[in-house]
Amino acid sequence: MADLMAKGEEPEILFWVGCAGAFDDRYKNVTRAFVRILEHVGIKYAVLGLEESCTGDPAKRAGNEFLFQMQALTNIEVLNGYNIKKIITACPHCFNTIKNEYPSLGGNYEVIHHSTFLQQLINEGKVRVAGGEAFKGKRITFHDSCYLGRANGIYEAPREVLATLDADLVEMKRSRANGLCCGAGGAQMWKEPEPGNKDINIERTEEALATGATVIASACPFCLTMLSDGVKNKNQEDQVKVFDIAELIASAENLNA
Amino acid sequence: MLSNFIFLIITVLAVGLFIWQIKKIRRNIKLGREKKINNNASERLNKLLLVAFGQQKMFKRPWPAILHGVVYVGFVVINIELLEIITDGIFGTHRVLGFLGPVYSALMAINEILAFLVIIACVIFLIRRNITKVPRLTRGPEMRAWSKLDANVILITEIVLMLALFAFNIADLKLAAISNEELAGSFPISNWLVNGLNTFNVSALEAVRSVGWWFHILGIFAFLNYLPSSKHFHIIMAFPNVYYSKLEPKGKFTTNESITHEIKAMLDPSYLVPTLPEGVEPQKFGAKDVEDLTWKQLLDAYTCTECGRCTDVCPANFTGKLLSPRKIIMDTRDRMEEKGEHPAIFRPNHYKEQGEPRVKVTEEKTLLRGYVTPEELWACTTCNACVEACPVNIDQLSSIMEMRRFLVLEESAAPTALNAMFTNIENNGAPWAFSPSDRLNWADNLFVNVK
Ligand code: SF4
Ligand code: SF4
Repeated sequence: MADLMAKGEEPEILFWVGCAGAFDDRYKNVTRAFVRILEHVGIKYAVLGLEESCTGDPAKRAGNEFLFQMQALTNIEVLNGYNIKKIITACPHCFNTIKNEYPSLGGNYEVIHHSTFLQQLINEGKVRVAGGEAFKGKRITFHDSCYLGRANGIYEAPREVLATLDADLVEMKRSRANGLCCGAGGAQMWKEPEPGNKDINIERTEEALATGATVIASACPFCLTMLSDGVKNKNQEDQVKVFDIAELIASAENLNA
Repeated sequence: MLSNFIFLIITVLAVGLFIWQIKKIRRNIKLGREKKINNNASERLNKLLLVAFGQQKMFKRPWPAILHGVVYVGFVVINIELLEIITDGIFGTHRVLGFLGPVYSALMAINEILAFLVIIACVIFLIRRNITKVPRLTRGPEMRAWSKLDANVILITEIVLMLALFAFNIADLKLAAISNEELAGSFPISNWLVNGLNTFNVSALEAVRSVGWWFHILGIFAFLNYLPSSKHFHIIMAFPNVYYSKLEPKGKFTTNESITHEIKAMLDPSYLVPTLPEGVEPQKFGAKDVEDLTWKQLLDAYTCTECGRCTDVCPANFTGKLLSPRKIIMDTRDRMEEKGEHPAIFRPNHYKEQGEPRVKVTEEKTLLRGYVTPEELWACTTCNACVEACPVNIDQLSSIMEMRRFLVLEESAAPTALNAMFTNIENNGAPWAFSPSDRLNWADNLFVNVK
């Protein structure tokens, strides 16, 4: 972003990578897949690079409002400094935080989750999924992220994106507004679960496996991790794969390097 | 007439007692923090119509929705007749609305059919609670003896009230037939049962009629005054609670403004923290007790129907963790009544007085720890399933979050792993221990240029 600014250019959108997108080895693939799509459609985008910092979401959900606001106010200063208007992100937590919680601290942007963005690209015909054949007849089930679904009411966009794959889309028992959490929200990602008799991600993975799907699609870095762990725990990692919707679209478009 | 006078006195007493109780509850709710909720009246009204009047969220579970719908419609419609009963009682008239002719007939017929359906629904509800024992209605540390008794008391009362209504109608019909008079109104079910009283003579019939009538109306007055101690208070509270419920996306958590001022003053010493109006205390960091929650969160507590829909869908709860969102709400009500006033003559909601609490609470006289333990709070994934499920738009998650905030900000009592996460964010700008200079490594080997 700083480089673009120096050149006097303004991007159409800012891609907010998020901490998982930047650091998590598995999830970096999603970041790359999404960037390939952005390049493919020729949109002018930028990333903050080293100037990006945690949105503060994990701190806020854990109750550390102080740390959250420190992060938020710092990020807002950077974003406003670059005169950012439109932000796109693949992470529902970043999406929710920037869209809903930054405005009262002085950060007002149009924030789009990548599922909505991909849906728009498909509707506009910019992504045609020419290689859709690869998914024909495959069974895919979509796991709703709490922060995309219940928290922000986005249920259909990711499903419509998946629908273009020409695969067999199946629903789990609990889906959409009744969807079951992967177990990572509310900062659980960073701690051991409280004592109980089962891990939430195992419960959810069992439900996903029960659909007979060979691909579990998600649209959230934490869900991706939790469900991948769940699939491993069930020794199904050879038969069942967990992917982000951006990865699926990128591979259908033959964009994977 | 003496009986009219007695009736008038009883009516005044019953209504007065109810108002006295409501005032106490109002004071309890006012223990909560001030929060302005008055924007978007039209959207709020719309929600009120859909969720409270329209029972929209009940339809996630069709069978209970239909049964509950019957009792709800029955309650509303049959209470139209209350106007007539009270007028008759005070002025010694008999079926004073009878002049409405066909309208009255239709009203009476609908009443009878609904009353009959209400009895059936209540019987099914009793079976679900006591014989098939639907888990969400019976299990959990918060479902104490009182909660279970309360539900049964209400269901049986409703059945008895309906039976009293029928007794009155049947006896009235019979008396009219004996004296060869036309009784105003139409009574499909009583007509069908009328021969049950064939052996009764006129004075016996008159006795049944007046006992039925008195029982029905006295029952209603008793019910009214029982409400504030019962989960059945929701039939009133659901309306304001839905009206004042959150309109923003569920993912939007509140921003604590005193913290914003504090940070801004820290970053910029010339920043002027706005002075608060006289008598308004700066907002605490989180909630330890009921007065740290907002009045809306306390209103939530009086609205809870104890239906357990929230706990039933809570991922933490059904994987065996201690957390139950219903318990958080019921604890809030109980603590409010311990700290403030208890509305009724008896003290049903004080569970500390009802034997051993079933989670490890302390002796502290506060909501946090005295009722709700940190273990419960830390099990929440903030998934909003409870909020989505609640038929009366209670926001369980907001209360959980306020208490978490208190643990972290006022007591520094976060679990160790979370403290490590905080340190990472402070030092690396990410919740994991990665070096901030590696933030763009994902772009290596990619054809994109670093922008
Ligand atoms: S938000 Fe918390 S309390 Fe509510 S259902 Fe989810 S985990 Fe349970
Ligand atoms: S909080 Fe709502 S869903 Fe939960 S028990 Fe009370 S009324 Fe039912």
